[in-house]
Amino acid sequence: MGVISTTILVIGGIGVLAAIVLYFVAKKFYVYENPKIAEIEELLPGANCGGCGMSGCHAFAKACAETDSLDGFNCTGAGKDIMEKISVIVGLEAKAGIRRVAVMKCNGGCSERQIVNNYDGVTSCAMEGALYQGETDCNYGCLGRGDCVASCIFDALHIDSESGIAVVDHEKCVGCGKCVKTCPRGLLELVPVIDDKPIVWVTCMNHDKGALAMKECTISCIGCGKCKRVCEHGAVDVEDFVAHINPELCVGCGECEAACPRGSITHIGDLIPTKKEAES
Amino acid sequence: MKLKTFRKGGIHPAPSKLTSGMPIVEIGVSSEIRLELAESIGVPARCIVKPGQSVSAGEMIAEAAAFVSAPVHSPVAGTVKRIEKLRDPQGFWREAVVIATEHIETAVDEAEEALSPRTQDEVDALTPKEIIDIVGNAGVVGLGGATFPTRVKLSIPEGKKAEVVILNGAECEPFLTCDEVLMCGYPDRIVAGCRLIMKAVGVDRAIIGIEANKPQAIAAFRRLLKGCDDISVQPLKMKYPQGGEKQLIYALTGKEVPEGGLPVDAGAVVDNVATAYAVYDAIYNRKPLTQRVVTVTGPHLKKPGNYLVKIGTTISSIIEAAGGLPEDTGKVIAGGPMMGKAMSRLDAPTTKAISGILVLPESMSKRRSEEPCIRCAKCVSVCPMGLEPYQMMNLSIAKRFEDITKLHVMSCLECGSCSYVCPSHRPLLDYIRYAKQEIRKMPKK
Amino acid sequence: MENKLTVSLSPHLHSHNSISRSMWNVIIALIPALAVAIWTFGVDALWVIAVSVCACMLTEWLIERFMFHRPCTLMNGSAIITGLLLAFNLPSILPWWMVVVGAVVAIGIGKMSFGGLGCNIWNPALVGRVFLLISFPAAMTTWPAGVSSGLVHMSGASGADATTGATLLATLNESNGEIGMSSVDFMDMAIGHMNGSLGEVGSIAILIGLVYMLITKVITWHIPVSMIGSAALFSWAFGGNPLLDVFAGGLLLGAVFMATDYVTSPMTKAGQLIYGFMIGFITIVIRRYGSYPEGVSFAILLMNSFTPIINRYCHPTLFGRRRK
Repeated sequence: MGVISTTILVIGGIGVLAAIVLYFVAKKFYVYENPKIAEIEELLPGANCGGCGMSGCHAFAKACAETDSLDGFNCTGAGKDIMEKISVIVGLEAKAGIRRVAVMKCNGGCSERQIVNNYDGVTSCAMEGALYQGETDCNYGCLGRGDCVASCIFDALHIDSESGIAVVDHEKCVGCGKCVKTCPRGLLELVPVIDDKPIVWVTCMNHDKGALAMKECTISCIGCGKCKRVCEHGAVDVEDFVAHINPELCVGCGECEAACPRGSITHIGDLIPTKKEAES
Repeated sequence: MKLKTFRKGGIHPAPSKLTSGMPIVEIGVSSEIRLELAESIGVPARCIVKPGQSVSAGEMIAEAAAFVSAPVHSPVAGTVKRIEKLRDPQGFWREAVVIATEHIETAVDEAEEALSPRTQDEVDALTPKEIIDIVGNAGVVGLGGATFPTRVKLSIPEGKKAEVVILNGAECEPFLTCDEVLMCGYPDRIVAGCRLIMKAVGVDRAIIGIEANKPQAIAAFRRLLKGCDDISVQPLKMKYPQGGEKQLIYALTGKEVPEGGLPVDAGAVVDNVATAYAVYDAIYNRKPLTQRVVTVTGPHLKKPGNYLVKIGTTISSIIEAAGGLPEDTGKVIAGGPMMGKAMSRLDAPTTKAISGILVLPESMSKRRSEEPCIRCAKCVSVCPMGLEPYQMMNLSIAKRFEDITKLHVMSCLECGSCSYVCPSHRPLLDYIRYAKQEIRKMPKK
Repeated sequence: MENKLTVSLSPHLHSHNSISRSMWNVIIALIPALAVAIWTFGVDALWVIAVSVCACMLTEWLIERFMFHRPCTLMNGSAIITGLLLAFNLPSILPWWMVVVGAVVAIGIGKMSFGGLGCNIWNPALVGRVFLLISFPAAMTTWPAGVSSGLVHMSGASGADATTGATLLATLNESNGEIGMSSVDFMDMAIGHMNGSLGEVGSIAILIGLVYMLITKVITWHIPVSMIGSAALFSWAFGGNPLLDVFAGGLLLGAVFMATDYVTSPMTKAGQLIYGFMIGFITIVIRRYGSYPEGVSFAILLMNSFTPIINRYCHPTLFGRRRK
C-alpha cells in the first residue's frame, strides 16, 4: 500500500507541477493573433502554391486581415467566390478575382520535331537546357523532362506519353504560376479566363527564321504574319519570327487559327463566331 | 628529382595518349571560314567588318568590346560573305562572321609573307605595357580551354604583386597531346614567350610544370635551359587534375590560392604553354592568334594526330582530315574526356577553346544506370578542392541552394573526379553544376 | 552519319568501379575467416552460414519484389555480406530458426525499413545480432563443447565432461581476473583455435582480409587502425592486457568488417578517426564495467547513431583555407 500511494503521489505531483509551469509559460509567451486570420485560413486551400504572390496561405490570410483594401488580393487556388467570403469576414469590398490558367506554347511532339541526338544525363529540363540545344534541332521547344510537372502541386501538368512534351490540364490548373517560373525555356504563360471566352494561343516559341523554323518542326510558327493580318482586333503581334496573341484584346473568334498555314495556333473553349459568320 | 604534386584528392585515369609524339600536321584551308565573335570568356567581340568587304590574312575583323574580351582575326585572305548567327557545337546560336577564302592553295604562304618579324632588338625595346597591348590586340587567349583573355591575365590588378610565372604543361587530361607536341617541337619559342610574359608582369622567375609522362618535353626544356636560372622545369606526378590552375600553383610553389581568389593572390601568373607560344608569335612574328594545335583522337579513329587548324574551320572537316568518323561513333567531345563538352553538331566551327576533338565509340559513350549512394566517401577523398560532392548532390536534388553555398560549392573546379570514381555511377558533377548555375542566378545579397 | 550522337555532361570517363565490385571484394576478403570458422567448428558453421546468407538474400528479394516493386539488386552482393557477417557473429550451435529470425530482422528492419541499400542508419548484420542477443541471451552465449576456450587446459575449467564451452572473454569476465594472463594460449588465439562466434576466432584470417581490402582500396586504414589503437590504449589504461582485448573476442572482426561498413561510417578522414576511436573506447568500457563480456556490437551500433552528427561537424579542409 505504501509503495503504491507513494508512486501515485510522486507521479501525480510531477504532473500537477508540470501543468502549473506550462500554464504560466503559455501565459507569459502568449502572442495575440487576429482571430480573422484563422477564419480566413480555414477557407483557403492550404496548398501554399504562392499564386497570390505571398509566401503561403497563412501569409495571405494575414495580409487580408490587416489590409485596408482588398484590391489586388486574389487567391487563385480556391475558386471564384473565395474573395467574396473573405470580404465578408474582413468587412471590405472585394472584386471577384480573375481566374488564370497556364497554356503551353509548344506543341512539337516527337512526330513533329525530329530527334537528332541522344541526351544521356539527369532527367531535368534545367540541366539539359543549360548543356545544349536539346535532342531536337529546335532550340526553343519543350524538352519534355518534366521540370514543370514536378513543380505543379495541383497535378495539372503531365508529360504526354506519345508526344513526349508537357501538357496542361486546364480543368485542374489554378494559375499559380509555378510552372511559368520553372520552365527554363519560358514555354508556359498565364492567360486570364474571362467568362466563357475561349482562349486562343500560339503553340510555338521558335524564334528562328522561317526557313529554318520550318525544317526544325512541322508545326512551328514561321512568323509569316497571316494571323496578324486576319485579326480584326489587333490582338496578334509578330516579333522576332514568332506570333503572340494578346489575351486582353483577343475576342476568341479563331480567325487566326483558321488562317495559320502551320497549324501552330490552338484554342480551348467554344470559339465565338465572328459577325460575318453569324450573318451567313 | 622528386616529382611534385598537389596534396589532396586526385584520380588516376588511364592516360590513353594515342597521339603522343606524333608530328604536328597542318590541314588544308577550307573554302569557308566561320569565326565566332565570342572567342573568349567575357563580352563577345564587336564586329568591325561588313559583308562584301575583303580582308587580308591576320586582319582584325572584330575588336574587343570590353576589358574582358578578345579581338578576332581572319586566318585567311578573303571576302566577308555574311555576318549571321551560327550554331556552336552545343547548338546554341552565336554571332559569327563567315569569310570566303581566296586562293585556297596559297592561303598559308600569303599569311606568312604578310609579316615582317620583329628583330630581337625591337623586342627588347618593348615596354611591359606595349607587350600587353600587342598580346591583347593579337587576340591571344588562354589556350588550355578556359579562353581567358591573356591581356587581362597579364594586367596585374593594382595592389597585388606577382612573384612567379608558371607555365602549365601538365596536360593531365587523358587523350590530349597538343601541348606535348608543341613543347617537344618548339621549346625555344615557348621559352621566349615565357620571358615575354615574365617581362610583362615584372617577375624574374618562372617554372614550367610538366607531368612526368612527357619525358621528351622535359628533356627538351632541360637542354635548352641549361645554365639559365630564371626559368626552371619541374616534372610533376601523373595525377588528375594536376593541370588545374590552383593545383598546379600548389604543386610548384606550395602556396594555396585563397577561396574565391585569383592565382595572383598566391603570387602566381599561370599560362598554358600553348598560350606562351601564341605570345611569342604575336610579339616576334606580329602574328595574331588565328590557328592552334588540335589533338584529334579516339580509339577507333583512322588517323588520329595533332593537327594545326585554322580557327573557324568546321569540326567535321577536321574529323574528315583525321580519317572521318568511324562507323560506331557514339560521342564527339570538344576537349578532353574529363572536362570536355560533348558536341551535338559537327557543322560548327572550331574556336580557340578547342584543344582536342575526341571521338568515342558507342561502347564508351553511354553512362551506366544510377544506383543509390552507399556513402563510400570516395567522392570526398578524391575531391582536389576538399569539398563534399555527395552532400552537394543531395542538396541540389532538394533544391536547397542556400545550404549548398555554405558547402563552398562555388570553389568546385568541375574536374569531374567525383563522378569518375563514384561506384554508384551517380551524376555528382551534373547536380553540382546545376546548383552553381542556380546560385549564379540568385540575387546577390 | 547514321547513328545519333550522344550528348552528356563531363566527365565522359568512368573508373569502372561499381557497388558490386566493392561488395564482391569484401566477400573475397571474408573468405579466409570463413575457412577458419569451418575448420574450427566443422559442419555446424557451414550450416549456420548457409542458412543466414540464404535467409538474407530471400528476405531482400521478397521485400524488393513485393513491397518496393524495384528491380532485383541481389547480385550486387550486399545481402550476401550481411548474411555472412551475421553468421560470423553467431555461435555455431545456434538453432537454425533463430538464424533465420536474425536474418529477417537484419535485412527487414536493419536495412529495408530505411529504404534499402545506402539508407540504413545501423549496420544491418549487427542489428540482427543484437536483436538475437537480447531475445535469446542463453542460446546466443552457448558455445560448442569440445572447442578450446583459448585457455591453457586447467583441471576443471573446461573438462571433457562439460556440455558447453565458454569464450575466453566470458571466462575472464566471470573469474574477476582470477585466471592470470599466463594461462592464455596466444597461438591458439591467432590461428582461430578457440571458442566464440564463427567469424571472430581467426585473427590472422581477419587481418589477411584487411590487407586484401586495403590493397584493393575498398576501405582506407583510418577506421580499423584508430579503433584497434584506441581499444588497446584504453585496455592498457584500465589495467587490462591490450593484446588480449584486441585479439580475443570480436574486436578485430568489428574493426575490419563491421565498423568499416560504408553506409554507416563517417565520410571524412577526421570523422572516421573519431568514430573508430570512440568505438574502441566504448568497447573497452563495456568489457570492463558492463555485464556483457563483449561490447563491440553495441559500441559500433552506438557510434553508427553518431555518424550523421560526425558528418555534420567534420568537413574536409577546403583548398585555400589551410593555415600556413
